[in-house]
Amino acid sequence: FVHRHRLQYVPVKGDHVIGIVTAKAGDVFKLDVGGSEQASLSYLAFEGTTKRNRPNVQVGDLVYGQFLVANKDMEPEMVCIDSSGRSSGMGIIGQDGFLFKVSLGLIRKLLAPKCEIIQELSQLYPFELVLGMNGRIWVKAKTVQQTLIIVNILEACEYMTAEQRKQALARLSGN
Amino acid sequence: MKATPLSNCERRFLLRAIEERKRLDGRQCYDYRNVRISFGADHGCCIVELGKTRVLAQVSCELVPPKPNRPTEGILFFNLELSPMAAPGFEPGRQSELLVRLNRLIERCLRNSKCIDTESLCVVAGEKVWQIRLDLHLLNHDGNIIDAASIAGIVALCHFRRPDVSVQGEEVTVYTPEERDPVPLSIHHMPICVSFAFFQQGTYLLVDPSEREECVMDGLLVIAMNKHREICTIQSSGGVMLVKDQVLRCSKITAVKVAEITELIQKALENDQKVRKECGKFGFAESIPNQKITAFKMESAAVDTNNVEEQAEEIITKADPPSEVCAKPILHTPGTAQIGEGIENSWGELEESEREEAEEEEAESEAAAFECQKMETEDTCMMGETKKDEPIVLSDSEEEEVVVLEPQVLPRKTRAQTNLKQENTSKKTFNKRRKKKRAA
Repeated sequence: FVHRHRLQYVPVKGDHVIGIVTAKAGDVFKLDVGGSEQASLSYLAFEGTTKRNRPNVQVGDLVYGQFLVANKDMEPEMVCIDSSGRSSGMGIIGQDGFLFKVSLGLIRKLLAPKCEIIQELSQLYPFELVLGMNGRIWVKAKTVQQTLIIVNILEACEYMTAEQRKQALARLSGN
Repeated sequence: MKATPLSNCERRFLLRAIEERKRLDGRQCYDYRNVRISFGADHGCCIVELGKTRVLAQVSCELVPPKPNRPTEGILFFNLELSPMAAPGFEPGRQSELLVRLNRLIERCLRNSKCIDTESLCVVAGEKVWQIRLDLHLLNHDGNIIDAASIAGIVALCHFRRPDVSVQGEEVTVYTPEERDPVPLSIHHMPICVSFAFFQQGTYLLVDPSEREECVMDGLLVIAMNKHREICTIQSSGGVMLVKDQVLRCSKITAVKVAEITELIQKALENDQKVRKECGKFGFAESIPNQKITAFKMESAAVDTNNVEEQAEEIITKADPPSEVCAKPILHTPGTAQIGEGIENSWGELEESEREEAEEEEAESEAAAFECQKMETEDTCMMGETKKDEPIVLSDSEEEEVVVLEPQVLPRKTRAQTNLKQENTSKKTFNKRRKKKRAA
């Protein structure tokens, strides 16, 4: 059973989410993932880091990782590395771009294979996109204006039908 | 609950966007968001929406003994509360700095400006005066609480009616609303706050900052003014060094904005009064639309209707004259008649009409907000074109279509017509916007 229109996220093991670093406590970073508790992320849980070679993470940075432990009794734990030790796309997200929040249902729709929205948007402008299951989306396009357009379209996609979206994109690309 | 922290990425992006003079929702730097005022069933209750920021105001009154040092003046009490439903960072019962600052601003704006005549609230000098209490609740925080709260406060005070009182010697009679109509408060002027957010060390300003913009601003300037261009309160916070002509420019902008908002308030109050007098339906149940989770309503952008008449004329003159109409009705069976033949099946144009309908429907893309103007004028052209075989009436009233249900059993001769009509009727029900007034 999946809550589609919900905005509040509940951590689930294996989910890939975007977290915001709120504190550095010794060997562990504390991340805000939009749940009721902050998640912890060890500094060794990145690809290629050792005790000598620490990752360059500051408070306020964005991190894309998955939950290793997530149940209602314990504080959730995240890692940026998969079971074979490779990062497979996870890790610290770059400095530019914009982060915004949408409902959980829209994220699931966007993550579906061959999602039309993403395909249509990619024909509009080239951009980078990170989708967190906690409702957070990070977008980066070449200019601020393009990024803002993509942000607004994705936020409105929640309520637009496919037809309306096609028109909106047609107007933008024709402009 | 703790508030979500602002990430470096967002901060950097917002500052960059501001450097390029862009706002997240596409507004210009002096643009206000849409202000919506709706009234409740009681007098003195209203909700003001400034974009997504919502404030609920409620005014109530009570007869109390006056303050000893002011025996002939009524008492005013203002209270603003930040409800936890407004933002995750707000907790009930905790006096945060923001709350104290907002409360002080509201007090200075409404009390010190002497917009309410307190002498008129006196019933018996030294013994009984009216205590007017204004409660403001923040329902949703999307930036610029102070503006929304000041508008809500003054609208509620203007809307409020206190019970009528008469004094005969020592006796004080308070009339119920059934006995005598309640009396409005005596309000001299309407002070309204306008906020300016400063960026780049005070060189760049934005009017009506949204929540994200408030997080990254350097400083805030609030000016409370009434429509007579009198400044009631001015407050600068955040430690930004402001130049003299910056402040003067802000006050000029405030005068313009306050004039617009005051006009809006007057209109809203008049509308509500009219509805109440005509015993129409009023109150929140009528004015606040049902917000369904599967529906999204965007405020439509202003449309340039300057040359709509010319365009309409053009379309009429270019249009073909209506095809020959046959006036005689054909009786198929008792109770079912047919007048005329119906226009040509335009199944292929379905997408165009679908597009029209979708554009007129509730959801409009935000990203195309700045192209809304172009789109809307295009729209009126398109609508005109598809109705070109009948006179175009650009009026609001549209009649629901009457769909004639045809009986299944019909002679072969009219079956072709039936099919045509059935296709047309199915298209009609699909495309409700089309009026089909057949010339008799």
